[in-house]
Amino acid sequence: MASLAARRAKDSTVKAISIGFAVFAIFILGWILWTLLSRGLPALGPHVFTNITMPPGQNGGLLNAIVGSLIQVGIAMLIGTPIGIMAGTFLAENGKTTKIGAAARFVNDILLSAPSILVGLFIYGLLVVPLGGFSGWAGAIALAILVIPVVVRTTEDMLNLVPVGLREAAFALGAPQWKVVMFVTWRAARAGIVTGILLAIARAAGETAPLLFTSLGNNAWSVDLTKPMASLPIAIYQYAGSPFDDWVALAWAGALLITVGVLLLNVLSRLFLAKTH
Amino acid sequence: MDATMDKMGGGTVQPLDKTKGTGAVSDPIFVGLLWASGIFVLVLLGLIIAELFQGGLPALQHFGLEFLWSPAWNPVTEKYGALVMIYGTLFSAIIAVIVALPLSFGIAFFLTEIAPQALKRPIGVAIQLLAAVPSIIYGMWGFFVIVPLMAAYVQPPLIATLGQVPLIGFLFQGPPLGSGMFTAGLILAVMILPFITAMFVETLESVPPMLKESAYGVGGTTYEVYKNVSVPYGRTAMVGAIMLGLGRALGETMAVTFVIGNANRLSASLFAPGATIASTIANEFPEAPIGSLKLTSLLQLGFILFVISFIVLALSRALVRSKLD
Repeated sequence: MASLAARRAKDSTVKAISIGFAVFAIFILGWILWTLLSRGLPALGPHVFTNITMPPGQNGGLLNAIVGSLIQVGIAMLIGTPIGIMAGTFLAENGKTTKIGAAARFVNDILLSAPSILVGLFIYGLLVVPLGGFSGWAGAIALAILVIPVVVRTTEDMLNLVPVGLREAAFALGAPQWKVVMFVTWRAARAGIVTGILLAIARAAGETAPLLFTSLGNNAWSVDLTKPMASLPIAIYQYAGSPFDDWVALAWAGALLITVGVLLLNVLSRLFLAKTH
Repeated sequence: MDATMDKMGGGTVQPLDKTKGTGAVSDPIFVGLLWASGIFVLVLLGLIIAELFQGGLPALQHFGLEFLWSPAWNPVTEKYGALVMIYGTLFSAIIAVIVALPLSFGIAFFLTEIAPQALKRPIGVAIQLLAAVPSIIYGMWGFFVIVPLMAAYVQPPLIATLGQVPLIGFLFQGPPLGSGMFTAGLILAVMILPFITAMFVETLESVPPMLKESAYGVGGTTYEVYKNVSVPYGRTAMVGAIMLGLGRALGETMAVTFVIGNANRLSASLFAPGATIASTIANEFPEAPIGSLKLTSLLQLGFILFVISFIVLALSRALVRSKLD
């Protein structure tokens, strides 16, 4: 065995390296944010919010992309949240010890980390080809499929934290299961479930790959869900790779908006959960 | 008058009717909905697999199993194969894991053993935020910031030095383009780092304090206890965490598409441009009309990616959950 001094020296070295790694990770986050701020802020003006996407040199904005993203993420949440909460409740209550429950839990864990681009391909084959074209609906449904596993996971985890005694007390009063779940368990786990929903919004808002083959993007103003629909990530993708300076600047402005939004949602949901628990 | 009497309870006492209890009708509906949602999630994965398989079937029928190991990707001669993309997917993901792993070990050590309680949470959250940054943002940051840096300051000296060393020189050859496998791997490493670190921390915090205290009691240093007690205790779940990181890196699309260089050829060099399955699908899809051999080849690629991801993620889950049960 090495001498005590040598072991202590090794311990200090590893500690220093570990601190260095943690500082490095935070430095990377800071670097990304700095890049977004320094390139996105100068490009951010009222025109970004008032004008729609236009050919280069015409002072275009991102209005249609922002509205398209809001619509698609909104519909995705309206579809995905109820299914996710119900399925998460199933995993924590009725299906907890059943084989179907175990299988659904396994599948949900896979869906949570499965490549999002494949969800886009799935909806492309399921909706876009049979219905004869790209549409806002297809984009929203693709995002809903990404929302579901996030909501399922947090709902199940949070319901598992609710003491069994609370449910038993409600059942003992003769309450049917739907009342126990809706007025006792869901209520007790409310903060956690809301956190899951917020995190799901953050995930859906930043996804690009699943929209490539579903809502496609649209440079004109359109809120028609049966037509191709613009979205912020797709507009950023399209503009960031373009040779026009004003388009690239607009892509940075969009990137700043989306990142600030997503990070704020993340921080707020964590603070919300920490405060209520 | 009579009516009032009736209302005041002059009538007969109703017998307790179980079929009219508060949940007699509503409960089966509610429980049915719960089961339906659970089964829907279960079926969803099957539907995705079936759809991708069916979409890619024509390519498989046309090229046969050779599709899997054919290096061709030529829209002009209509010859398609998956080898280059499978290679690129695995290569870039493995670079990512190799880079992310020591960082995750170090940061987990820092968060569980060194960091003062007051700093632990903010630093932990900041690192988790790296996972929240959308993929496309990593792509832009990689393309506009990291690629030029790599091309100007990192790759030329590496090519000039390590590129001349026998045996490993082939890894560092070619022009310093900035983009390529190595850059993609680095960006992926930052993206999977938070996932691996979070699961490491969770596992390390579940190590029974008595085990660690015993090791401290016989004079172990913090690092020795970490290395010889905590990490071996959580080994299985930590391997699972690494697999999860690998699984995430395999299917990452937008970040990789921006920085990998998108070249459909095989190259052993870390600096050579390449392509992954996901980046190829994202790039080539706009030029793949419905019914074309190219489109079905892309769907077949998607199916292959799904199978690879599924195996890695299922393995990861089995390892992580084995500790809990």
